Amino acid sequence: MGISTVSIPWAIWTILLPLAGSLLCFLLPRRAALLGQAAAFSIVVPVAGLGWQVATHGIQRYAVGGWGAPLGIDLYADGLSSLMLIMTALVGLGISLYASAYFERRKAQFFWPLWLFLWAVLNALFLSGDIFNLYVTLELLGLAAVALVALAGGADALTGAMRYLLVSLLGSLCYLLGVALLYHAFGTLDIISLGRLMMPMPAVWTAMGLMTAGLLLKTALFPLHFWLPPAHASAPAPVSAILSALVVKASFYLLLRLWLDLFPEPGAAPRLLLGVLGAGAILWGSLQALRQKRLKLLVAYSTVAQLGYLFLAFPLLISAAWNAVVYFVLSHALAKSAMFLAVGNILYFGGHDRIDELDRIVQRLPLTMTAFAIAGISIIGLPPSGGFVAKWLLLEAAFSSGQWGWVLVVISGSLLAAAYVFKVIGFAFTQAKVLHETRAVPTIMEWTALGLALAALALGLMAPLPLELMDIGAPWVTLIGEELP
Amino acid sequence: MTPFTLYALTGIGLFVLGLYSLIVQAHLIRKVIALNIMGSGVFLVLVGLGGPTSNTMPDPVPQAMVLTGIVVAIAATALALTLILRIQAETGRTDLAEHSSQH
Amino acid sequence: MSDVDHKALPKPFQYVLLVLMSALASGLGYAVLSLPDQAIELKGLVEANLHASGVRNPVTAVLLNFRAYDTLLEMAVLLLALIGVWSLGATPMRRGADPEPVLSALVHGLAPMMILVAGYLLWAGAHAPGGAFQAGAVLAASGVLLLLTGKRLTTRLMGRPLRIVLLTGLGAFITVGVIVIPAGGMFLQYPSDLAAGLILFIEAAATLSIGAILTALFLGGRVVSGEER
Repeated sequence: MGISTVSIPWAIWTILLPLAGSLLCFLLPRRAALLGQAAAFSIVVPVAGLGWQVATHGIQRYAVGGWGAPLGIDLYADGLSSLMLIMTALVGLGISLYASAYFERRKAQFFWPLWLFLWAVLNALFLSGDIFNLYVTLELLGLAAVALVALAGGADALTGAMRYLLVSLLGSLCYLLGVALLYHAFGTLDIISLGRLMMPMPAVWTAMGLMTAGLLLKTALFPLHFWLPPAHASAPAPVSAILSALVVKASFYLLLRLWLDLFPEPGAAPRLLLGVLGAGAILWGSLQALRQKRLKLLVAYSTVAQLGYLFLAFPLLISAAWNAVVYFVLSHALAKSAMFLAVGNILYFGGHDRIDELDRIVQRLPLTMTAFAIAGISIIGLPPSGGFVAKWLLLEAAFSSGQWGWVLVVISGSLLAAAYVFKVIGFAFTQAKVLHETRAVPTIMEWTALGLALAALALGLMAPLPLELMDIGAPWVTLIGEELP
Repeated sequence: MTPFTLYALTGIGLFVLGLYSLIVQAHLIRKVIALNIMGSGVFLVLVGLGGPTSNTMPDPVPQAMVLTGIVVAIAATALALTLILRIQAETGRTDLAEHSSQH
Repeated sequence: MSDVDHKALPKPFQYVLLVLMSALASGLGYAVLSLPDQAIELKGLVEANLHASGVRNPVTAVLLNFRAYDTLLEMAVLLLALIGVWSLGATPMRRGADPEPVLSALVHGLAPMMILVAGYLLWAGAHAPGGAFQAGAVLAASGVLLLLTGKRLTTRLMGRPLRIVLLTGLGAFITVGVIVIPAGGMFLQYPSDLAAGLILFIEAAATLSIGAILTALFLGGRVVSGEER
């Protein structure tokens, strides 16, 4: 597993391309949609390039400014971050195509600069190896997401955006205080150097607690999830997809990176706490999803529940659990974005998203309902989907480490997910008493929803590929020496 | 205890005071002010602990970090205040309505 | 504010919260006090490499050279906030609204001086505290004062030209960063003999942009021209 630098610095282009695209869209608002889509397609090139680089040459380090850590800021690309970039590119492409038809010009001129900015920041976050640089990217991410939510206008979206903004700022400040403590304890901001210098001391535990708390707030782990349903449900459909599929995963990725690469082993109790909160998220989120009368809120609470699964890896210490959780991140991103786009189509079609008034949507929007159903298969965790592979890996990890409680949680979660998915599908077949006026949904919106759902399915069929990429330089690979067989 | 440790402790005090106000105050502008106070607290901790000792210059890296942090705080505050203006124009209120309207 | 005393939590919760906050403050305070004496690794590196950075002030060197990537993102934050603010709607400030005579007279004298001070701060950043953000802030202050006296740019300048000015800082940063790549280096790796000039160029563009962005943020929304309404 060597660290090498090859000729083309794909890493920096994954950040610069969407950034430049965003600036162009801002400069030429009348052609924003066209430029935005061109940018979306072009970003695939450096992302693929970087993925190939990491797969064949191992971990990539890029010293921005030429100084090298700890004096300068390093970009650090291993299997995990490349996988995150690929996930963002795939979902981003689908959402970009959808958004080209969704927004009318007045909103589109702001959507595209904001969305491309957000994409650039996501890439910057996944690649950054410096804890203060990560703070700046976290703040950027929050601001971009809030602005996108508020784009919908109306009281719900604006108050949802405001709550989200307050929560986001609070999380970032807690994170920054942790950075302050770490810097003054060890004199460096580079993750790798900090990992080497790390030793257990009160300032470190405090920093760990602060940064974890801030990131848990941003990842909406139960019981800090209160801001997510209003924000994700009231945002425009493509924005809901961006938020649920990508933005919440970024703070989770950061949490993973910090716990595995930076901080010392905190012992069983904090891990168990995260696992218990994750279980709470799964059960509470799914139950709340069942109670919802509006589709977008149902899908948003489903996100709360699904995010809980990610935290089950913390008490299950072995590397198989981390593989499961990263796989979960990927499949949820594809499935949930497909689900939100499908719901967006339904909303566009009938002007409302009340579940009990879905008037025979199956017949009138067959593509959309297929997309919803396939995405639902992945969310529930039925074969052959990415969600199934992820849950299977998780169950395997739980069995082999002898922690049976989590098995029950995973199975209950799947059952509850089945309940709320089938509830929607059931109503989609029935005739409603109240009729609404409808308008035709643009074809591209239906096809992108279906495309993302099929990608979630495909993820279940090609499991070895992502799993291999994940293990390149994976932060949990070093755990193998310490774990029990 | 050097004077600079005192600055850092004051920063902690500001952070906690701001956090309390953020949770307790209902008016949105007060919440934004509370966040700004928390931010100032964190900046104080950063710069305070990096002060000059008897034979060295002050540490430039925390100062650069705080400069960046101040700009980020300004940007966020501007967005927050504009959002509050819009919320008031739409709903006539300056606090966050309860969740009950969502169900 | 009619709801001055309106609190979000009932009294018992407030007392519990007070206790929790005190515990938090003690914990954080203990963590701060327990920190070892200053770790000097990064500070030493900055001092060692200061001569190669192109400027003499260590903070400017960190901001514009060693950790220039952070500063680039910071400029992006400002621009992002402005795009967000613009997306929310039109500015509530009316044009030419009732300027106070004393303020107008004061601003007539002050504004040019402030611009001069901004220019000085920009220049001084190389060897003393100063630089793009400080200069931009002073520029923005003069802009805000001008806005308060009811002055606005002509509508013609509010469209494309304004957007160009807003983008110049970030655009210059990215352009310089990319241009130096073929010179055999990384993104933002200035050749050491050109570093001083490149930094000044970036800072000048940034000052203009920052001043414009902050002034525009003060308006709290887009300035709509007649046709757009």
